[in-house]
Amino acid sequence: MSSKICSVPFKGTKEQEAQLKAVINDLRDQRGCLMPIMQKAQAIYGYLPIEVQTMIADELNIPLEKVYGVATFYAQFALYPKGEYQISVCLGTACYVKGSGDVYDKLQQKLGITGGQCTPDGKFSLDACRCIGACGLAPVMTINGDVYGKLTPDKVEGILANYK
Amino acid sequence: MYRSHVLVCGGTGCTSSGSQQIQDLLKAEIEKAGLSKEVSVVQTGCHGLCALGPIMIVYPEGTFYSMVKPEYIPEIVQEHLLKGRVVKKYVYEETIDNDEIKPLVETAFYKKQHRIALRNCGVINPENIDEYIGTRGYEALGKVLTEMTPEQVIDTILASGLRGRGGAGFPTGKKWQLARNLVQDGGQKYVCCNADEGDPGAFMDRSVLEGDPHVVLEAMAIAGYAIGASQGYIYVRAEYPIAVERLTIAIGQAREYGLLGKNIFGTDFSFDIDLRLGAGAFVCGEETALMTSIEGNRGEPRPRPPFPAVKGLFARPTILNNVETWANIPQIILNGPEWFASMGTEKSKGTKVFALGGKINNTGLVEIPMGTTLREVIEEIGGGIPNGKKFKAAQTGGPSGGCIPVEHFDVPIDYDNLIAIGSMMGSGGLIVMDEDNCMVDIAKFFLQFTVDESCGKCTPCRIGTKRLLEMLEKVTDGKATLEDLDKMEELCNYIKANALCGLGQTAPNPVLSTLRYFRDEYVAHVVDKKCPAGVCKSLLTYTIDPETCIGCGMCAKGCPADAISRTDYVAPGHKLASMSIDPAKCVKCGACMGTCKFKAISKK
Repeated sequence: MSSKICSVPFKGTKEQEAQLKAVINDLRDQRGCLMPIMQKAQAIYGYLPIEVQTMIADELNIPLEKVYGVATFYAQFALYPKGEYQISVCLGTACYVKGSGDVYDKLQQKLGITGGQCTPDGKFSLDACRCIGACGLAPVMTINGDVYGKLTPDKVEGILANYK
Repeated sequence: MYRSHVLVCGGTGCTSSGSQQIQDLLKAEIEKAGLSKEVSVVQTGCHGLCALGPIMIVYPEGTFYSMVKPEYIPEIVQEHLLKGRVVKKYVYEETIDNDEIKPLVETAFYKKQHRIALRNCGVINPENIDEYIGTRGYEALGKVLTEMTPEQVIDTILASGLRGRGGAGFPTGKKWQLARNLVQDGGQKYVCCNADEGDPGAFMDRSVLEGDPHVVLEAMAIAGYAIGASQGYIYVRAEYPIAVERLTIAIGQAREYGLLGKNIFGTDFSFDIDLRLGAGAFVCGEETALMTSIEGNRGEPRPRPPFPAVKGLFARPTILNNVETWANIPQIILNGPEWFASMGTEKSKGTKVFALGGKINNTGLVEIPMGTTLREVIEEIGGGIPNGKKFKAAQTGGPSGGCIPVEHFDVPIDYDNLIAIGSMMGSGGLIVMDEDNCMVDIAKFFLQFTVDESCGKCTPCRIGTKRLLEMLEKVTDGKATLEDLDKMEELCNYIKANALCGLGQTAPNPVLSTLRYFRDEYVAHVVDKKCPAGVCKSLLTYTIDPETCIGCGMCAKGCPADAISRTDYVAPGHKLASMSIDPAKCVKCGACMGTCKFKAISKK
């Protein structure tokens, strides 16, 4: 529950706002529509800053507190922007017993950030995740959805070099 | 008609190791060789042997190519598909027996398996409803709607002895019966599928959804008829993008064929299914939390009673079953409850899928009859422990389960036996650990998981697990006393008795089971201030053996803490003085051990 308050200025566009409103109008009559709307909103903006949450609350005519409550409950809702390359290291059991903790440490050391943060140049953000189901390839990490398997700490530098 | 079919696995494991590229290349090479009218490339779901991916099988021969690299493809197409000569060097070695190629089902990995829930995974193209129908798909739904009453359906499931595969093992038929009978006001009821497979290390539900999505839709429609519901929801993890995509395709196709929607099979039964995506909260695998989440709220559990069969989703009667449970239903209807009940043990019928992972040779998915022993699973099917290491424990049930030591290797696996030895079935993750894994560290790992994932609604879980974690940290830091171990046990029992939902009630299990079977490791941390497996950093000391060290100084260059310096001792036969580590400066990163080419550095 760290890094929940975002200091990066909001840079939403008119087009994004129109897209969000279309999504809300499309889903508003569905029962339990709040989460699907927030998931689509995150797909539009990349994250869910308080400005976007406010728009959703106003449009649905529900308290902002309810939207914020849902946003902070689920790990996949991000209240801060992500890096251009999003690194996610699996710390599920199968990966952990095969040493993904060491890979995670190495990444934090190489990037100079801790998990949940983004590098100052906006290039890389690092997160730990729970099991992506590729346990046969443990330990694994993903960078923007591309999976790297059978990792060791000394492979980290070579992989990062592909993204510079 | 094609003379040959090439099946390429498109499950998450194989996709991650590049099967999409293999598929594209294969199609291009087949086109180039002028074989596109004779050979068909089919993308299938998971075959189970994920460690060997990407996997490719050529039928009718059944030749199993493993760890296929793009550069193999032209040769395989030219030699095998065009000229009919199997390229042996790329074939999975276990299937080669004295120059003969034997079928995959006779390899050690598959021989003891019995596939019911996974029967179509790796066999059919999951994105084509006709292939599912071709393997008796939707026949069970047809039979139920035209030949059976809802009561008969429920009686069949009851008689089969099927129990929930999500972990707790509640009898499925009983659940349906309650949802049908307890509330009979003619209002809406719901059927839900729990596909929020959060247990790290378990991925059987994902494989079913990716490899055979229609089986879940068919089974849910059958349940809808049985309890009188017309709406279903599948709650699936957002971390499984391929599963979400295939489910979306499957629902679309089923609607198009009239197998979902209004008046299915021309009867007056109507049923439809919607997808809901999770957003990364482990607690949402708990049934009441899952329903709260579908309603669009924070996924916090609710006290039971009222049970979901009375008041579930949107406060209406609801049944929730897990993916693997659903995957058994159509087979039970088609083959009869006696067939199903003939497999397994007295109180646990049928088969169970396990995800083998961790320190084991054949990582992947296996489906075995209940009652198979752990020894058979690990030594025969799993192919034992890699690198000649010694087995220490098998962990089942994920963060809710426990660690099983070697002395219980011959216990037949079923719901009740696993609980008796301090673990649980859980969703079927089975992680193998060897002598290099510290059991206190593993307990700490699971507790860290529960602390992160606790929803915070009830105090025993929110605060209790946090305190328990702090006590474990004391142990791994070498600051605990033997009295702390007793206190830990007491706190565990308190949390178990008082937490609101399954997450909290089972959270202490990893600690309790390791305390029970590996107490000596805890004692070593507390009394001797040592970590026998060499994992817990605070208790390690790195030392350089002055007799082996040649004094090259590479270790000192790589040390981030400047903790290594030269001594004035020159060992006999060496030219340079040896190095030594200052324990006061050492941060125990282990970098020096990696740089030393002479194995002069050890940790204890």
